[in-house]
Amino acid sequence: MTATATTAPATGRPGAGDRPRRHYGTHLFLIAMAVMWLVPLLWTLYTALRPKAATDKYGYWSLQGPINLDNFTGAWTQGGMATYFGNTLLISVPAVVLTLALSSMMAFAVSRFTWKFNLTLLVLFTAGNMLPPQVLAAPLFEMFKHTPLPYSISSSGTLLDTYYAVIAVEVAFQMGFCTFVLANYMKALPGSLTEAAQVDGASVWQQYSRIIMPLSRPALAALGTLEVIWLYNDYFWPLLFIHSGDRLPITTGVTNLQGQFLLDYNMIAAGATITVIPTLAIYLALQRHFVAGLTLGASKG
Amino acid sequence: MSLMPQTSLPPAADAPAEKSAPPARSLRVRRLSGRDRLVLGLMVGVPTLIQAVLVWIPTLLSVGLSFMKWNGLNLADIRPAGLSNYTYAVQDYPPFWPAVAHNIIWLAFLALVATPIGLLLAVLLDQKIRGTRLYQSIFFAPVMLSMVMVGIVWQLVYARNEGLLNNLLGTAGTPGAVDWFGDSGVNLWAALVATTWRHAGYIMVLYLAGLKGIDPSLREAAAIDGSNAWQTFFRVVLPAMRPINIVIVVITIIEALRAFDIVYLINKGTNGLELLSVLVIQNLVGVGQVIGVGSALAVILLLISLGPIVYYLVRTFRRAD
Repeated sequence: MTATATTAPATGRPGAGDRPRRHYGTHLFLIAMAVMWLVPLLWTLYTALRPKAATDKYGYWSLQGPINLDNFTGAWTQGGMATYFGNTLLISVPAVVLTLALSSMMAFAVSRFTWKFNLTLLVLFTAGNMLPPQVLAAPLFEMFKHTPLPYSISSSGTLLDTYYAVIAVEVAFQMGFCTFVLANYMKALPGSLTEAAQVDGASVWQQYSRIIMPLSRPALAALGTLEVIWLYNDYFWPLLFIHSGDRLPITTGVTNLQGQFLLDYNMIAAGATITVIPTLAIYLALQRHFVAGLTLGASKG
Repeated sequence: MSLMPQTSLPPAADAPAEKSAPPARSLRVRRLSGRDRLVLGLMVGVPTLIQAVLVWIPTLLSVGLSFMKWNGLNLADIRPAGLSNYTYAVQDYPPFWPAVAHNIIWLAFLALVATPIGLLLAVLLDQKIRGTRLYQSIFFAPVMLSMVMVGIVWQLVYARNEGLLNNLLGTAGTPGAVDWFGDSGVNLWAALVATTWRHAGYIMVLYLAGLKGIDPSLREAAAIDGSNAWQTFFRVVLPAMRPINIVIVVITIIEALRAFDIVYLINKGTNGLELLSVLVIQNLVGVGQVIGVGSALAVILLLISLGPIVYYLVRTFRRAD
């Protein structure tokens, strides 16, 4: 998302002479907006860095008092955040891998081969992804509640309160979007590639795994980044299916801190900051992929 | 592009391979070997089965359950209820109409405030100004946060005595301090401001991509014809971004219907923050477990959502043929 510095200023707009002044106003506006955008984040960080004793004494709107990381260690240990992070890994790693694997196969099949229902299926996949999740909540909840599992696998005796339930629904729900994006991407790859391989006797699986998948790496990287963030951020499905507090993933679990620390805003702010750190790290490292993923999905509209 | 089965499709061998970057031409399944067909069948079959069992069938079950009376315990206790769940929801269920009103306000606010802010930021940042990348990163940062985190961060801003806003207003600690997320007169708007903080960055990124795709000669032509920046934007640039405009209209509507996380975090969607999506869940997990009423609300939400979804699908896939 760098500015297109390549385009020369010769876009031929009239009155190029008064542009510096216009930009002065633009900067003023943008700086004001940027401050408004940053203040909630900085306020959270500042609150998190101050001990509760200091804010009780001087008030939250003050500069006095020490700055330290005590709230962070407090939120981490008392809030049980390590468990939440572990649970997030247990859910999101299999979910992202399965989503990309299944949707790339589906996308390959519908974009590189002609058969009767492929457009219908692609439309239905895309539609499913756009539904509000609450529309499916009651039937899914009841389906899982009435699916018996041995107690050795699930302590509830059903699919409820298991990671399988969350992973399955996340995969099903995200698959529509990924299939749509990947199908568009794969359709744009030259047909001669697989035709030549076909003539050379490559099987369908070889065409998929040796030709199309390596060429789709940019799209897969973009979608992978996007899905990691989305699954990390998902609140609703774990809220619906997981009832044991110690099995919640971080985004759903972090809301428990509010109840646990009640009016200790410093501790809540520290928990929030810890939760945001992984997403911001991914954002800074993989911003390009993330933005590419978002626009891949939209630019094909 | 040959997404649809075409009987007149020429055999693949006829097409010269060098022909100016031909688009992927689909291979016909019929000409494949048995093993290849099996592989292909699994590649389509497994995702389709998952999608059917966990998305399409539950959607149909929602419709079915909305005509039933059930407490969710024993499958044998399901009784037909006709339209009674719908009449109850619309006529006797107190939070229904407030929720509808809140969803409409939500949509209007996103469409009239949040999305235009995103568009404005994109247009300003698309110019060659200094620091555009830094600005973009700042406006985009909230998009990485979950709506839950947005809610928690803004809770720290909005808290009655501890929050930043009331401290800036000088009302913190006085009886006049507003509890922004708690007071039913203002909490919807407070939640919408927090939502805008995230939504605008998302829209900005989509529009920035759209603006980059605009042929510079379009602007040049408009400039030569004597149109000013304002006219160029609204008469030339914005119409040229029609595909992205459609996506953004659809995203804005869908986001308004999907809004759930932040209000559920604030107060479980009560006291001024009722939304249709939340009412569905309250009826599902609440004390009474009135699944029929919850499903009727889900179907109402589904029917409203189908409008933008179908519109988007028609626009997207009609062009793909």
